[in-house]
Amino acid sequence: MEWRRSYGRAPKMIHLESNFVQFKEELLPKDGNKALLTFPFLHIYWTECCDTEVYKATVKDDLTKWQNVLKAHSSVDWLIVVVENDAKKKNKTNILPRASIVDKIRNDFCNKQSDRCVVLSDPLKDSSRTQESWNAFLTKLRTSLLMSFTKNLGKFEDDMRTLREKRTEPGWSFCDYFMVQEELAFVFEMLQQFEDALVQYDELDALFSQYVVNFGAGDGATWLTFFCQPVKSWNGLILRKPIDMEKRELIQRQEATLLDLRSYLFSRQCTLLLFLQRPWEVAQRALALLHSCVQELKLLEVSVPPGALDCWVFLSCLEVLQRIEGCCDRAQVDANIAHTVGLWGYATEKLKSLGYLCGLVSEKGPNSEDLNRIVDLLAGLGAERPETANTAQSPYKKLKEALSSVEAFEKHYLDLSHAAIEMHTSIGRLRSAKFVGKDLAEFYMRKKSPQKAEVYLQGALKNYLAEGWALPITHTRKQLAECQKHLGQTENYLQTSSLLASDHHLTEDERKHFCQEILRFADRQTDSPGQRIILPLHCFAQLRDLHFTPSTAVVHVGGVLSVEITLCSQMPIPVHVEQVAISVHFSIEKNNYRKTAEWLTKHKASNGVINFPAESPPCPTPQSQLPAPELYEVFERSPSDNSLNTTGIICKNVHMLLRRQESSPALETSSGVALDDGAHVLKCSGVTLEPGANRLTFRTQAREPGTYTLRQLCASLGPVCFVVPHLYPPVQYDVYSQEPQLRVEPLADSLLAGIPQKVKFTVTTGHYTVKNGDSLQLSNAEAMLILCDAENRAVIYSNAREKASDVLLRVQSSDKVTSISLPAAPAYHVIEFELEVLSLPSAPVTGGESGVLGMTESQRKHKDSRSAGHCMATAEHKVSIDCPWSIYSTVIALTFSVPFRTTHSLLSAGTRKYVQVCVQNLSELDFELSEGSLVGPDSSADLQLVPLNTESPQRIYSKQSVFFVWELKWTREPPPSLRCHFSVGFSPASGGQLSIPLKPYTYEFQVENFFTLYNVRAEILPPSGMEHCRTGSLCSLEVTITRLSDLLEVDKDEALTESDEYFSTKLMYEVVDNSSNWAVCGKSSGVISMPVAARATHRVHMEVMPLFAGYLPLPDVRLFKYLPHHSAHSSQLDADSWIESDGLSVDKHVDDQPDGGRSRAGAHPAPGGEHRGLPMPRLQALPPGQVVNASVGAQVLVVPSRDDHVLEVSVT
Amino acid sequence: QNYPLYIRSVPIENELKFHYMVHTSLDVVDEKISAMAKALVDQRELYLGLLYPTEDYKVYGYVTNSKVKFVMVVDSSNTALRDNEIRMFRKLHNSYTDVMCNPFYNPGDRIQSR
Repeated sequence: MEWRRSYGRAPKMIHLESNFVQFKEELLPKDGNKALLTFPFLHIYWTECCDTEVYKATVKDDLTKWQNVLKAHSSVDWLIVVVENDAKKKNKTNILPRASIVDKIRNDFCNKQSDRCVVLSDPLKDSSRTQESWNAFLTKLRTSLLMSFTKNLGKFEDDMRTLREKRTEPGWSFCDYFMVQEELAFVFEMLQQFEDALVQYDELDALFSQYVVNFGAGDGATWLTFFCQPVKSWNGLILRKPIDMEKRELIQRQEATLLDLRSYLFSRQCTLLLFLQRPWEVAQRALALLHSCVQELKLLEVSVPPGALDCWVFLSCLEVLQRIEGCCDRAQVDANIAHTVGLWGYATEKLKSLGYLCGLVSEKGPNSEDLNRIVDLLAGLGAERPETANTAQSPYKKLKEALSSVEAFEKHYLDLSHAAIEMHTSIGRLRSAKFVGKDLAEFYMRKKSPQKAEVYLQGALKNYLAEGWALPITHTRKQLAECQKHLGQTENYLQTSSLLASDHHLTEDERKHFCQEILRFADRQTDSPGQRIILPLHCFAQLRDLHFTPSTAVVHVGGVLSVEITLCSQMPIPVHVEQVAISVHFSIEKNNYRKTAEWLTKHKASNGVINFPAESPPCPTPQSQLPAPELYEVFERSPSDNSLNTTGIICKNVHMLLRRQESSPALETSSGVALDDGAHVLKCSGVTLEPGANRLTFRTQAREPGTYTLRQLCASLGPVCFVVPHLYPPVQYDVYSQEPQLRVEPLADSLLAGIPQKVKFTVTTGHYTVKNGDSLQLSNAEAMLILCDAENRAVIYSNAREKASDVLLRVQSSDKVTSISLPAAPAYHVIEFELEVLSLPSAPVTGGESGVLGMTESQRKHKDSRSAGHCMATAEHKVSIDCPWSIYSTVIALTFSVPFRTTHSLLSAGTRKYVQVCVQNLSELDFELSEGSLVGPDSSADLQLVPLNTESPQRIYSKQSVFFVWELKWTREPPPSLRCHFSVGFSPASGGQLSIPLKPYTYEFQVENFFTLYNVRAEILPPSGMEHCRTGSLCSLEVTITRLSDLLEVDKDEALTESDEYFSTKLMYEVVDNSSNWAVCGKSSGVISMPVAARATHRVHMEVMPLFAGYLPLPDVRLFKYLPHHSAHSSQLDADSWIESDGLSVDKHVDDQPDGGRSRAGAHPAPGGEHRGLPMPRLQALPPGQVVNASVGAQVLVVPSRDDHVLEVSVT
Repeated sequence: QNYPLYIRSVPIENELKFHYMVHTSLDVVDEKISAMAKALVDQRELYLGLLYPTEDYKVYGYVTNSKVKFVMVVDSSNTALRDNEIRMFRKLHNSYTDVMCNPFYNPGDRIQSR
């Protein structure tokens, strides 16, 4: 039947059931009757009357009466059914036409509503007519019924709303209203509109809740006080019956308690929800209901016997669960644990609290008071409902059983707990599972079975630790500690205790208690040695930092090393620790153990303080254990055009970060800690660790050289050892052994010869102890003196460069050996002292001879100086030193530099000769020169050296030169060569008094061919008729070469030709103008034959042209010896020099003497014949002493030419 | 990461209980988050609603887009707070954002409150 409803509600197909009841006037609803289910919706009058007489006599009256009754009850829904029977018709002859009765009735009663009269013809016959009339009747019946129903329902709803609006009126009763609205719900349920029915109940529910809340807020409705009566019955929800009539009656009678009302309401909701196939909502609602009931009872201040609510909740939970299980299959239940698990948990919780309340959890079992309480509670349950009486597992039975005995309680509680844990775990609510597990552990602890409790506590603790919940950790640990104490797990107990004692979330007293526990244990066990209990240190104290003294952590054998650690005690009270030990691992590193102190010092950058990270922070955050992600930018460019293809960041340590988190490391286990009994242990005994930071110092004497790595830190407290199994970062110190060493080094950059110089002696004693009487034996080098000063002091330093003492040094010198007695010094110290040494110039520095060889000598020096800058000549002295610690002598080479360089030169002025000596100071020091003297080889009277120098001392500054000049005078014919000896006294200009007289500086050299043979004079004459030379015009150059002496020893060479007592030599002249002032016209050189006789003169004329105006120096005129080819005088010359000596013009190089090789070529010109097959003459420059250029320095005035009008103007 | 950043309870006496409660409630938070992830909704509702009721308290949850969880435990008889949790959580979220903006705050550390 389709049902259209008012208020635009969607049409629905409904099934309307109806009862046919015989009409009685009493059944008609009176005004105010709210029963809707029994409401007469439609009144039907059946008549079989066929003839008018009967109709008029009885039926009409009857009908009128019926109609009046209906009207009186304002019921407009009626129907008259006229049953026609053909059989009857036939029996009666005086029948009216068939329609007449119906028409009559229609006329009489159905004014305007003709359809309210229906004809049903021959109902018992099977004919089409009958069928038709039945159909018409039923349709009519349905429509009328529905119409009436709709009308009445609408009216009912309106009435209900009106009633609800009256709820603020004083006399309003919720129960009455409840019954009314429930009627509506019933109707909907009957119509199978469960949704709508549920809405009715929900509305009631909400209304009631609102009143309770308002009551809590002080707005109490009078009717509510009724619900505030004490709870006397707590028999739980009844969900197995669709309608709990018992409760309903209570409500109807307004005798229901809050629990009754709630129970009934929920049972109805539950039924409807189950009809709607929503069992999971039942579970959810149930939980909410139970919570809110408890809340409401509290809010309404209803007095409830202790435990009663727990019973009620427990029963209800189980009832709901069983009800749900009853209507679903196993798989569905399993799939929807998430919805029911709350109820399980709640039931468990309630049973637990019941157990505690009734003393069922304690070891001894319930006492009399508890038993009384149990009896009371059981009484409140009432009798078991008949519908569950047959089921073995009914909630009622369960509760009764659980409360009846300790064992039964345990069984039920465990069942429930395990079920709850299992469910939580299965849906991944691990934390909740752990929480239930913790409760269970508590229970086990009460039952004195700690071994069962431990598992749960450990599990929970692990979970809390992993997620860093400090307070739960503390609490769980506390429980665990107790558990372990009972179990006698000494080690674990002590560890937990230490953790607890260091836990800041506990009160001071609790911490002290746990600390005392440890101490007590430590005291108790002292007499029975044997097993030691090893615990990690971090729960007891934290190693903060470690500090070495010396800070380099490097110590020599026998040296004292101290290690200072900062240990932060976590204990609340001072703890006396018998011993703190650091075990040390010793290793000899093959390559490294001979590291010297210096090396190690250099390479160990740390300042000796090593900080340790907090090993186990009191509240570990899991994040901190993860390494920070290392992110890098990535650019990928296409290889063809280098354009950016891809960019992004990559994480280089993904493997570290994305690694599966292992179920958190077992922090509580100490099994991995093994005490390392190394041979090397640093100890510190009898320490009292105050709470907070403590500094402990370990001292050790280094024995074997090598590397010592600190491995473990162990604080022992009787048999209890707190151990840091591995010190990280690794800490090590090194012990080294060093051989004694002697080092001698100059104090300044370089030692200067000739003056006292300081040399530093450093004795590194190493492992050798210098005794009194030990001395260094220096075998003297010949030319080096060791100056023994009375004031020599030796300073002894310790290894760390701290000055230890300052001792006077005794130096004894014999002519062969100098003995230095060392002051007594312990091992690994440094003795430092300084001695003055003086290098004597062993052999006078020889200067070169003049002439050919002299030149080469100077050139060699030149070459040296050029290759190595202005370096000083050096002298090396080797000293061998015998050290007391060694049978071998140490040979030490000291290099002294000569501070001066001396050169000499011969100066000529006509026939007068001068010797010039140049002393160049190469050192950084200033010197004072005095008493310069030059001595000839044999101080004969015929050769005199007349000094032209000052007598007073002269200062020679660093890098400067001083010149000395002597005139050479002779009376007889001078020797071809002259050996000279130059000496000059010198002393440092800044130096004070010198202890010893210094040796003068000497220089020997040889002057050769100093006698002048030729005089060359050049003269330029202006062209004839002119007063001055002019530029561009030729002038004549006249060169006059004059022989000054007769045949001398030096002339005897190859160039000399003899003919008839008449000697002549061949000379070559050359006019060169290096400054390009002159243009030599014509031949600029030529060979002349010079007679070897005094005043022999040769004149040469040539034309030169001045190129510039002004005073111009004359061109140079050079003179060479012209040696004829001599095959015997061949020399080994390379092609290079040969080519250079090829031709005459080349020979000017000889004068320039740019290079030793070339000059040699000039000096010994190659006989070209050997190479060319053509004999070539050789040239030899005359030594500078033999030629005097008389016109050197002369100048000629050149005036500009007249017609030189050209003015060059360059414009840019 | 389910370690606490900041826990505060008023009053203090039953702190331990609340810690346990909040901790267990994370189960439900996880459940809800994973359910949400499955739903693949773009605009995720941060407010998780009532996580689970207990007898005396209501536990509400809220999770930011960066999976920072807020859990609030409210006395269930406290009607003043009823239906205002979302607003409370918004405020909380704002405060948390402020803390994160503090350059001196090291993410992951416990949050200190004055």
